[in-house]
Amino acid sequence: MQNKSNNNAPRHFNLTARILHWLMAVAILAMLFIGVGMTTSITWRPWLIDIHRPLGIAILLLVIIRLINRLYFPIPPLPPTVPRWQAFVAHASHWLLYLLMFSLPLLGWATLSAGNWPVTLFPGWDLPPIAPTSSTLYAWFRTLHGILAWLLFAVVIGHLSAALLHAWIYRDGVFSSMALGSSAGSNRDNEKKNAD
Amino acid sequence: MNNLNFKTLKKYWLRFVGIAVIAGSLVLAFAWVAGLFGHRTTSKTFLGDSLSKFDPGYRRAHGKGICFDGTYHSNGAAAAISKATVFAKSDIPAIGRFSIGSGNPHAADNSTATVSMALLLSAADHSQWRMKLNNFPYFPTRNAEGFLAQQKAFKPVPATGKPDPALVEAFLKEYPEARKSIEQKAKMPLTGSFSGAEFYVVNAFILRAANGQEQPVRWSMRPHSKFISLTKEQRDQAGHDFLFKDIKKRLAEGPLYWDLVLQLAEPGDPVNDPSQPWPKERKEVIAGTLEAKNVTEQVNGVCRDINFDPTLVPPGIELSDDPVLAARAGIYSQSYNARLREIGFGKATDAVGK
Repeated sequence: MQNKSNNNAPRHFNLTARILHWLMAVAILAMLFIGVGMTTSITWRPWLIDIHRPLGIAILLLVIIRLINRLYFPIPPLPPTVPRWQAFVAHASHWLLYLLMFSLPLLGWATLSAGNWPVTLFPGWDLPPIAPTSSTLYAWFRTLHGILAWLLFAVVIGHLSAALLHAWIYRDGVFSSMALGSSAGSNRDNEKKNAD
Repeated sequence: MNNLNFKTLKKYWLRFVGIAVIAGSLVLAFAWVAGLFGHRTTSKTFLGDSLSKFDPGYRRAHGKGICFDGTYHSNGAAAAISKATVFAKSDIPAIGRFSIGSGNPHAADNSTATVSMALLLSAADHSQWRMKLNNFPYFPTRNAEGFLAQQKAFKPVPATGKPDPALVEAFLKEYPEARKSIEQKAKMPLTGSFSGAEFYVVNAFILRAANGQEQPVRWSMRPHSKFISLTKEQRDQAGHDFLFKDIKKRLAEGPLYWDLVLQLAEPGDPVNDPSQPWPKERKEVIAGTLEAKNVTEQVNGVCRDINFDPTLVPPGIELSDDPVLAARAGIYSQSYNARLREIGFGKATDAVGK
């Protein structure tokens, strides 16, 4: 089957997108484990929280840059070998990831605000509250933060599994579009597969 | 076509296994860290089923309490050993809570010997200092797990109504340091009033001076009022809410005072073992005086929905490596989240006056 993609379409996400992707993948996976760990650990909670707050805000800042980059620069199309329903699920899950990457740090910040907790990034460096002190708001924000965090973990596992399917089974250029390597490399992969 | 047909599965079965192992390992690891399986002692372990089965809106321990407010008059004496703004000579608004150490929020005041003061000091720079103090100077065991072990060992056997001596012996073998608190608590006079009780922080903290120097401390709130002791007989006959009636009466007559007394550790003192008190000769610094002025019933009080988490300290005060201190943060948070959900989602009744 001929690859009918437009020769002007990029084969990779731009470098900014790729750097942010892998940097934030590590940060988000770490945050998820730190977050769930700090709710159960009887040894590490104070130090896990001390990391959780500044890392959460760092991810929020990075996702703003990432979204701007995403909206301004073209992204590589999915290969035509990907069925339409799969492409739909892929795009929907990516927008869901953006939604979660934005809302989780904001919800964390709002939770602390509603509970009248100082939002300390580093000793002596506090963020202002973004919500009034209210037990009802605290209950809602805290509960949502937890539910969405578990949802993010589930979507990350799905995302990562699908990425590995593309990398190791389909080998259709989808994984390499977010990875390193030249455009020539992914073309060769497609030609090899077409010859099978 | 991207097909997961049988042919592809057979050809690449090892890679599929690899993907399943990676995804599966992450899920298992996450579930284990979340305490969903395994025998790890987590902060949830300390709350048992009280997280889901409890009078809604109440703290899971020390649930019976009363709010107070006043002013902390800092005298500046500790400014040399800590850069915390709360130690500069100034007056700082104080919100606090008196409570009894029972797991039942409707317990009789004479059902426990433990009374407690919680405090939140809000300095002018918006930093907060929260503390939760008990009327006994040190912790029974060297770590938090010991607390659970002691609860298990001393649980009354249904047949005799007394603890199983074999379990007690095994507990004391593993936690020999617990002996002295058991003996001391048996001899301790029972308090007849919050006003004359001294409240201890139990865990050590590290003061950080402006020049970077560290000073481990423990502190207590030492009352100006005289200690009021009750005999066992007087206590047994006391009314259901005698401690709370007493504090309301006293504060209606005038303010009550406690000095914040810092005990300074010397090199070699056991900073990270809350079961080891420091020698009585250690230097003391009185950093200021708390003036408690008004009480408010907990049901509508500002203190009701506060979590007096002792690990919330301002710059200039830092946590020691006392394991019980770190454990308290998680345990208090579990209770706090449970009760604020109950209050916030409208499930609480008499806890909020419904």
